[in-house]
Amino acid sequence: MLRRYGSGLTLLICLLVAFWLLMLVIVPNITLFEQSFRPYLPVTEIGGPRDVYSLDNFLKVFNGDTQITLFGRSFAIPVHVLTFALTILYSILVTLICFALAYPLAYYMAKIVNPKTLPTLLLLLFIPLWVSEVLRAFAWWIILALKGPLNSLLLFTGVIDKPVRWIVDYNGVVIGLVYTYVLFMLFPIYNAVQSLDTNQIEAAEDLGAPWWKIHLKIVMPHAKPGIASGAVMVFMLSAGSLLVPSILGSTTSQWFTQTIDQWFKDALDWNTASAYALLLLILCTVFVSLAMWLFKVKLSDIAK
Amino acid sequence: MSAGIQLDDVCCDFGSFRAVDHATVDIKPGEFFSFLGPSGCGKTTILRMISGFIEPTSGVIRIGGQDVKGKRPNQRPTALIFQNLALFPLMPIWENIAFGLEMRGVDKAARRAKAEELLRLVDLPGAADKMVSQLSGGQKQRVAIARALAVEPSVMLLDEPLSALDLKLRQHMRAELRAIQKRTGVTFIYITHDQGEALAMSDRVGVMSQGRIQQIADPREIYNNPVNGFVASFVGENNIIDGTAGPAAGGLAGFDTALGGLRARISPEALGRPVKLYVRPEHTILTEAPGPENAVPVTVTEVSFEGAFISVLTQTETGKVLAAEIRNDGSATVPAIGAKLYASFSAERAALLPDATVRG
Repeated sequence: MLRRYGSGLTLLICLLVAFWLLMLVIVPNITLFEQSFRPYLPVTEIGGPRDVYSLDNFLKVFNGDTQITLFGRSFAIPVHVLTFALTILYSILVTLICFALAYPLAYYMAKIVNPKTLPTLLLLLFIPLWVSEVLRAFAWWIILALKGPLNSLLLFTGVIDKPVRWIVDYNGVVIGLVYTYVLFMLFPIYNAVQSLDTNQIEAAEDLGAPWWKIHLKIVMPHAKPGIASGAVMVFMLSAGSLLVPSILGSTTSQWFTQTIDQWFKDALDWNTASAYALLLLILCTVFVSLAMWLFKVKLSDIAK
Repeated sequence: MSAGIQLDDVCCDFGSFRAVDHATVDIKPGEFFSFLGPSGCGKTTILRMISGFIEPTSGVIRIGGQDVKGKRPNQRPTALIFQNLALFPLMPIWENIAFGLEMRGVDKAARRAKAEELLRLVDLPGAADKMVSQLSGGQKQRVAIARALAVEPSVMLLDEPLSALDLKLRQHMRAELRAIQKRTGVTFIYITHDQGEALAMSDRVGVMSQGRIQQIADPREIYNNPVNGFVASFVGENNIIDGTAGPAAGGLAGFDTALGGLRARISPEALGRPVKLYVRPEHTILTEAPGPENAVPVTVTEVSFEGAFISVLTQTETGKVLAAEIRNDGSATVPAIGAKLYASFSAERAALLPDATVRG
């Protein structure tokens, strides 16, 4: 790099990268980390005798029980733990739906479509990304509204006879997240499938494999690293999304990021908010590592 | 067990390009049949039509007497060995071999046993639990053969499977393939651009050019009696001499050339068509005195001693280069460069053949 760009430019690039890493990644995260162990105190008491490190902020997730019914039995569960569990659950659902949508399309793009029409197809997939995420979430909010175009269409075609309230519970959030993050699933899988030698698919067929076994035994194992990295991205982005749950959420949906947001902005308790944010980061990382171990995916596979 | 294959007036078009042009061939059960031709001659298309990956544009393909139109590759009793072998890198060797059996619902113990048995057949015992990447080129080759044999196909289709191997291994695998074919009795259809391979292994060879089958015959016939210039020059070396044929009598015809009047065999089909004279270097004799017929005075320009034979290049007075091969019987004299000799050949050994690209 030194030889190609000269010492001046090389120094500038290195400084910019160092600034980005230090000031925009490391310092904020360390601040968050440090803040999360300190109590929320009036300004005059900061640095005073009560300002000591503790795990109190983290333990707040266990405060305030709520009742839920599961398999006909009633449980008491801390409300923030429930929110977290539902966030993970629905993020998994989003990931699964994204996979179900992206895998066939990725296979089609990599192995079936005429290479000449592929650029057009890619363009069509990319065009929605030119619109801001806020606008797209609002667009879905309008589409799914009680008197929105989706209900009008379904009423007009006679599929339903009275309008359906689509944005109830987590429906809107799941739809919005799938729409927002499906491409993060599509492209890693597309790349992985594309690198598969077509002869292997033909060899499997020639040896008598029906189409679904070809996918199960040949294509999917080959694409596993791509599927894994797509799944990790979609899951992490979904669990960490604030915008989509805020716009497409219903009165009965609560995303864990919204809880964090409420600690920051409504309670103005940045310390607890930091603790919750850290908790989300750690638990999601643990969850992903667990899933990767379960599916025998190595970190080096994903990095490819 | 083994099945015959008939192609009946089969054509295959890709857009406006005709890849296979009215191919008709009857391959017998248990035969080792090779399609020989340069790249792009349509031989791979024929193979892919037989295996079911491409449907012919017109014509009928029968395997074991059954029209296979509309049948997918997984419904045909054929097994294809790909040029790049297409082994499954994520499976151990035995699972590769047993893949077809797994698809047929054979239980694991039986699959394993069959895989071991086939590994012994292809002379690779003990490789069952290795991965594909651990094997050498020749070993992968054997695994690919075993994988195809595992499904007990009636017909094995081989798409230049030896082209990636080095010369020594290739010659060894030729003999091996031939032996496996004899042992199993399965019909082999072999695609190659290597004439040596086709001649050495096959019961019959179909020589192809520009989508057409030019000649179907046993290797000896292909080499000794090519039907046209393409077959003659694609299979083996030739001295080719331009000229005009005179009237034929008793299968022989005079041939007017710049080198003087020559005589050679002419087939009834070639009568009345523009022809050239083809004579192989090993049938071209160099002598000090003019030979009894077809003698052309030449000057030796290049001599190379190849061991089993001596390859000599000569030039005629008109500048035409004629090649000759002298068999080294231990006492053969090597001609000196610049020596004035006579090149001659027997009219029985030379053929007047129509041009290479016969169409229509």
